Amino acid sequence: MGMTMTQKILAAHAGLDSVHAGQLIEADLDLVLGNDITSPVAIHEMEKMKTNHVFHENKIALVMDHFVPNKDIKSAQHCKCVREFARKHKIKNFFDVGEMGIEHALLPEQGLTLPGDVIIGADSHTCTYGALGAFSTGVGSTDMAAGMATGKAWFKVPSAIKFNLVGSLGKYVSGKDVILHIIGMIGVDGALYQSMEFGGEGVASLSMDDRFTIANMAIEAGGKNGIFPVDQRTMDYLCAHAKRHFTVYRADPDAEYTAEYTIDLSALKPTVAFPHLPENTRTIDEVGEIPIDQVVIGSCTNGRLDDLRAAAEILRGKKVAKGVRCIIIPATQRIYLDAMEQGYIRDFIEAGAVVSTPTCGPCLGGYMGILAEGERCVSTTNRNFVGRMGHVDSEIYLASPAVAAASALTGKLSGPDRL
Amino acid sequence: MKACGRVFKYGDNVDTDVIIPARYLNSSDPKELASHCMEDIDKEFVNQVGQGDLIVATKNFGCGSSREHAPIAIKAAGVSCVIAETFARIFYRNAINIGLPIIECPKAAQAIEAGDQVEVDFDSGVITNLTKQETYQGQAFPEFMQKIIAAEGLVNYINSKA
Repeated sequence: MGMTMTQKILAAHAGLDSVHAGQLIEADLDLVLGNDITSPVAIHEMEKMKTNHVFHENKIALVMDHFVPNKDIKSAQHCKCVREFARKHKIKNFFDVGEMGIEHALLPEQGLTLPGDVIIGADSHTCTYGALGAFSTGVGSTDMAAGMATGKAWFKVPSAIKFNLVGSLGKYVSGKDVILHIIGMIGVDGALYQSMEFGGEGVASLSMDDRFTIANMAIEAGGKNGIFPVDQRTMDYLCAHAKRHFTVYRADPDAEYTAEYTIDLSALKPTVAFPHLPENTRTIDEVGEIPIDQVVIGSCTNGRLDDLRAAAEILRGKKVAKGVRCIIIPATQRIYLDAMEQGYIRDFIEAGAVVSTPTCGPCLGGYMGILAEGERCVSTTNRNFVGRMGHVDSEIYLASPAVAAASALTGKLSGPDRL
Repeated sequence: MKACGRVFKYGDNVDTDVIIPARYLNSSDPKELASHCMEDIDKEFVNQVGQGDLIVATKNFGCGSSREHAPIAIKAAGVSCVIAETFARIFYRNAINIGLPIIECPKAAQAIEAGDQVEVDFDSGVITNLTKQETYQGQAFPEFMQKIIAAEGLVNYINSKA
């Protein structure tokens, strides 16, 4: 029986010729990631272990991105703990204020996540790197601690669902609409414990930023990982970013999938997830009248240059509606600079939006855009759970950057084609 | 090993943001996290929960973020076991790693109601509803998971083997 792309990567990292779904394996890790929320817990756990060294100082990435520049004393204490740990263990890939970005945008940009890698991160959106053909998955702090100490992690080999993409996306339709459509179709536990493997001739038409967005939200369908095949567009991206060798794996032609879906990209419309689950999706023509108070454009899901371009093209020369706060957060310093060179930052500020330094901030209700009771936000982030962005009686509508920007202009949930 | 206590019952897709909202993640102190446990889904939980009580929920418990703070908060609040139809995979892993017993059992998740007195035998996987006089067969823990839980987490377990 053939193996899926994920299974092939796991087999190679476990030193096995083949693996099958359900098998427990121990795999070598190429990268272990943590942020300013999860790393302090991992560091504390590691201190309890009878080991005082990390497995490889270049294969650990610590990114201060959730609550930085620090929002209060407690988060400052957490970051201090990570800064001291990074210094003590000579962690090469430690990213603090000034160099940092949102981890899942930053690490691919730095060339730290490559095809064929096995990566764990103490952040659920670690699945993002599947866009580059890596096996990457979110874990908790204790797994991160064990990974930092040993360079290994145990996994139950997942089965997979295949998504066969055909056609190409229409105007104002993006990777965000693809993944929201899929989550709406299979539900927030539709891929529980499984891989989501994307393929088909439609992949070639998707930009890398679209692929990052799609792989990023695999976790919102319960997936263990989301993964794309490596094609010419991936190789072009890697030419600009990769700094070490990598191995490209492909699914066997006779690999088994628990389910297969065909998605016609050309038939998709802008899609919005209503409160309070990412599976509560409606296409933009079905949303009705939803007045809004805030728009957030950013996050590990949609804070990349393609996303800012889509927003800038809609906001340029226009004004954000009175009574709407529009917050735009480039995901990394590089993206911020590129957006500045392209003139997008000027477009945003002239339209009446605010532009923030990279941070996860509002996505998880940390800071920089918290909602009050009864307020509504159209957000390009990834979760719309109860209380996620603030008050338990606030509401989040998940959408693409184009829909979010259009909504900022009209003051209600809107599609860009109606402007 | 057994757990026994009164049940707090919830529905599908209880996410880690309601188990422990991110506004409290500037702390990693278990006691402080426990004092906000379930706050956004059940404000009375922290006032009513007693040592040894259980949480029972239906599908996809613990979905969302990878924050280990979620099982830490539940454990530090005194909860002795979580029973659900299914668990989100990162939460499942985190719960075992920090020594919070969890057990998948669709029948128990459907039948058990809030306030029931329930006993769980981790060796056999048998869940007994003392209030309703019913038993349900859950999945027994493999031996290595029982050892991790008995050691109160993966780190202690690794240390005990070293």
